[in-house]
Amino acid sequence: MRRALASSFIALSVAMGSAYAADTIKIAYIDPLSGGGASVGEVGLKHFQWLAEQINASGGVIGKKLEILGLDNKTNPQESLVQAQKAIDQGAHFLTQGNGSSVGAALTDFAVKNNDRNPDKQVLYLNYAAVDPVLTNDKCNFWHFRWDANSDIKMQALTNYMKDKPNIKKVYLINQDYSFGESVRTEARKMLKAKRPDVQIVGDEKHPLLKITDFAPYVAKIKASGADTVITGNWGQDIALLLKAAADAGLQVDWYTYYAGGAGGPTAIKQSNIPDRVFAIVEGVPNDEPAETQKIEQEFRTKYGTTFWYPRVYNEVYMLAQAIKDANSDEPKAVAAKLEGMKFKTFMGGEGYMRKDDHQFFQDMYIANLGPLPAGAKFDEEGTGWGWKTQGVVKAKDTELPTTCKMDRPS
Amino acid sequence: MLEIITFSTLNGVLYGMVLFMLASGLTLIFSMMGVLNFAHASFYMLGAYFGFEISRRIGFWPALIVAPILVGIVGALVERFGLRRVHKFGHVPELLFTFGLAFVIEEVVQMIWGKLPVDYRVPPSLDFTAFRLFDTTYPAYKMFMLAIAIGMFVALLVVLNKTRVGLIIQASLTHPNTVAMLGHDVPTIFMAVFGAGSALAGLAGVIAGPAFVTQPAMAALLGPILFVVIVVGGLGSLGGAFAASLLIGLVQTFAVAINGSLADIFGASAADWFGDLGTVTVAQIAPIIPYFLLVLVLIIKPTGLFGTRET
Amino acid sequence: MSALGKIAPWIILAILLAVAPLVFTSGTSRTMLSIMALSIIFALSYNMLLGQTGLLSFGHAVYYGLGGFVAIHAMNTVIRNKYAIPLPVIPLIGGAAGLFFGIVFGSVSTRRAGTVFSMISLGLGELVASSALILRTFFGGEEGITTNRSRLAPFFGYKFGPQIEVYYLIACWCFVCILLMYAITRTPFGRMCNAVRENPERAEFVGYSARMVRFIAFSLAGLFAGIAGGLAALNFEIMNTQSIGAVQSGLVLLMTFVGGAGVFFGPIIGAVLITFLQITLSDVTGAWQLYFGLMFILVVMYSPGGIAGWLALHEPLYRGRQLGRLIPAYLINAVPLVVMIVGGILLIELADWILVKAETEGPGMSVFGIVMNSNSIVPWIIAIILFFGGAFALRATWPRVQDAWGVALARLREQPA
Repeated sequence: MRRALASSFIALSVAMGSAYAADTIKIAYIDPLSGGGASVGEVGLKHFQWLAEQINASGGVIGKKLEILGLDNKTNPQESLVQAQKAIDQGAHFLTQGNGSSVGAALTDFAVKNNDRNPDKQVLYLNYAAVDPVLTNDKCNFWHFRWDANSDIKMQALTNYMKDKPNIKKVYLINQDYSFGESVRTEARKMLKAKRPDVQIVGDEKHPLLKITDFAPYVAKIKASGADTVITGNWGQDIALLLKAAADAGLQVDWYTYYAGGAGGPTAIKQSNIPDRVFAIVEGVPNDEPAETQKIEQEFRTKYGTTFWYPRVYNEVYMLAQAIKDANSDEPKAVAAKLEGMKFKTFMGGEGYMRKDDHQFFQDMYIANLGPLPAGAKFDEEGTGWGWKTQGVVKAKDTELPTTCKMDRPS
Repeated sequence: MLEIITFSTLNGVLYGMVLFMLASGLTLIFSMMGVLNFAHASFYMLGAYFGFEISRRIGFWPALIVAPILVGIVGALVERFGLRRVHKFGHVPELLFTFGLAFVIEEVVQMIWGKLPVDYRVPPSLDFTAFRLFDTTYPAYKMFMLAIAIGMFVALLVVLNKTRVGLIIQASLTHPNTVAMLGHDVPTIFMAVFGAGSALAGLAGVIAGPAFVTQPAMAALLGPILFVVIVVGGLGSLGGAFAASLLIGLVQTFAVAINGSLADIFGASAADWFGDLGTVTVAQIAPIIPYFLLVLVLIIKPTGLFGTRET
Repeated sequence: MSALGKIAPWIILAILLAVAPLVFTSGTSRTMLSIMALSIIFALSYNMLLGQTGLLSFGHAVYYGLGGFVAIHAMNTVIRNKYAIPLPVIPLIGGAAGLFFGIVFGSVSTRRAGTVFSMISLGLGELVASSALILRTFFGGEEGITTNRSRLAPFFGYKFGPQIEVYYLIACWCFVCILLMYAITRTPFGRMCNAVRENPERAEFVGYSARMVRFIAFSLAGLFAGIAGGLAALNFEIMNTQSIGAVQSGLVLLMTFVGGAGVFFGPIIGAVLITFLQITLSDVTGAWQLYFGLMFILVVMYSPGGIAGWLALHEPLYRGRQLGRLIPAYLINAVPLVVMIVGGILLIELADWILVKAETEGPGMSVFGIVMNSNSIVPWIIAIILFFGGAFALRATWPRVQDAWGVALARLREQPA
């Protein structure tokens, strides 16, 4: 990373006056690279750098190399805007970001205004993980593309799987008290009611974001409610601590989660010793990847010592490269026009497509649980010896939800 | 319902006792030196990380002894080479020094042990179920924590009330100048108290680390609550710190168990009158309640519940 | 002092504000200058509490953030209803909001000074920041509230789309606010603030209520923080709950203290320096937060008056034309000091690399553009030699500074008044 930073520094000084910038296609990676969020941000950066290396090794795109600029936004929306400005000064045409819908909302807004005010310095915002549905609904715009399934789509896939499980009778919802947690719980209620009217919601808890040190009181409540299943959108320490407290109290339920696979998640599940009871909704399961993808997974793991977490980053980078090739230009407007509606064979081998109406990418979604691996499985998580096992697949078509997006396309 | 009340009481008392392990040291330091030590929770975090590092090398039980001592030494060094220098500039720079120190400790911890939680586990010898009540299990380790915390409380009482050192410390709480005039080496007492207070925080960290998660944000999560405790209890009052620790522990735990909101009391139309406030449940605001309490207590009784001094 | 002497600093300030974006023309630097200018207002407003009235607040971002939120809602209302209110007026609305909340929260928190005040400010800060996440309608939840500044009524033809126009708007506000805050320090009220800071009892004897003085100072600080927040709202066109939180409160404390709380212009230096470091340091090193913490501690330990406090020490020497006596001593001391700092940075970077980065990036790294291997012992030895060598040399050369000061002060005393 230091090298990338050093080179970005050189680029900064050079970009002031010269046209040096045109030699590479720059993708500015704007995510936390310091502080608490950095553990996730650094891993994301490595995905991009590694994929760029792969593409550059095979000759780059339209004769140019891809270059990733790592910019630290400290998970702060206002700081992100400053970093986006830096990226533009260095000649980047593409911004990519994923951690925090707050930053996502700020960047998508920035892209619209910037492209309107500075038509000669337009940028695309490529979103790989900010899942707030609003970004491809009310706040959708021509310059934003999202590769991660938004939280409603994930809930759609999750409930599609859950509806065929007769052992689910009493569901408890526990979520972080902010917009994402809110959308998880409302969608869960709505979809469960439609798909499984017999299921009882026995609890619906909201707790402050990243402020709880001991979840024991919450677990006591879950226990008292008699729930057999918990749905949670919790991430980071909020999922780790929750699982830990549940294990302490001997709570026996199935967990349907969004982010149990996040950094530290598998470790916490292994520590709590609850095999096969924690489910996550994901777009890739390492042990079920097609052979050519497993090669990538293996190489990445060998080099960086972590799982290839973001199959969607693979989709994003290769689709971007394809769009640039198709347009034979790295001008944002031309590239965006090619990305719209593009079909792509995803990291997991299924077919995905970038819906033209709202720039949301759709792909097969997987429900997997974490536990001891069957013999012959190659990939475990975080060195725990446990790994993800596919329990269900929801086809891309079945995850589609209508959008309220009214896309304004530049003429 | 009975189940929730029983376990909430247990959890509340436990949380309160952990708070008190920190608050006692902080109160002692404040009483003697007039310094509100912002970095106190950082010593708690250091305790957890030292405990983790030592217990994975030579085991949990040695760590229980060695880690707090190490933390105490770090604390004493900080006092000797940092705080003492700043002391002559007044209380505000002292407070700011500890503010910066908390920052640095967090960064250093992140550099050494990484940003993710470390795998600090309950020792196997304590990893069993203590009892089962209404079909809910209670881990033995939490009983052990409770025992340590109570043990520390008793030890502190004995030291303060029955020993010569305790008498000097008690005297310094109320009449620091007189103590100095009696010929006691006040700087050394300061260093010792700061070190001892840090060691207590370290002990709390060693035992709390496996129960909660050992991670770089643990200091920042607990720090502000700690101030609430000692201010609500009354600055400089150990009894007050004890009462406030239990109070806050119980209030926070029980608030979680309550589901009511204004909408429940006034009917659904409350949402129209109060906006977002109408639908907020008590459980949702549980972790904010201590700050409410803090502001309320300070407005009504600026010396805190049991305190006598203001600054 | 002559009238010109009094006006000169203000003319220089105005010229600096006007010329800066013409010298630094890139988009980033203009954005940075805008943030610096609004941070200056924020830091100076904080210093009305810390420096002038002796109130250490841990929750000043509350007024900055609330001012910003009210301002951004005001902008959206203006846009929605097509009122003929131009953008330059918006910060006033932020200021009014800051003043309002300053009065409300000030009435409860300024009853006491000292530690009690600090703790109440901390509690209020946490309370407001946590509530902001719950009160979604007003604060916009995680996403925050966005706006578009160029959709307000044009102001003499300016629509404030380009950053440069926004910069000049912020710079004008910055100039006016600095002037006003300076003027306040010159009024009897400003003097009473100092009196309350130094000795509240005596202030009461003179017939002033210390509590009332604190309250007014607090409310005024809220006003200016609100203006800064309003400017932030129109600069970023987004406000979210992080602007209210503890980090923002800590940042303004850092700016003010590092700049120097005891001198009026101290926070200006602090705001410029900290903003610059905050935006650029993360490009250079992953350990930037550690540097921030260390810088803060070092300032507290070795120069509690901050940068401005240190500069201000030299003022009488400068007036007495004795400053030249210090220069040789300072130059001699600068050498080991720089060596020590370089060694320290090298140590931190090596440690950061080997602990955090080496695992995935390999041992190859570079500091100051010099390529090195963090696994090899050579750079470590060099770093340790530089650091401790510098420290010992500094110890040896430091008496020269003291001597030079002694001589200069003695000469100063000999001079006729």
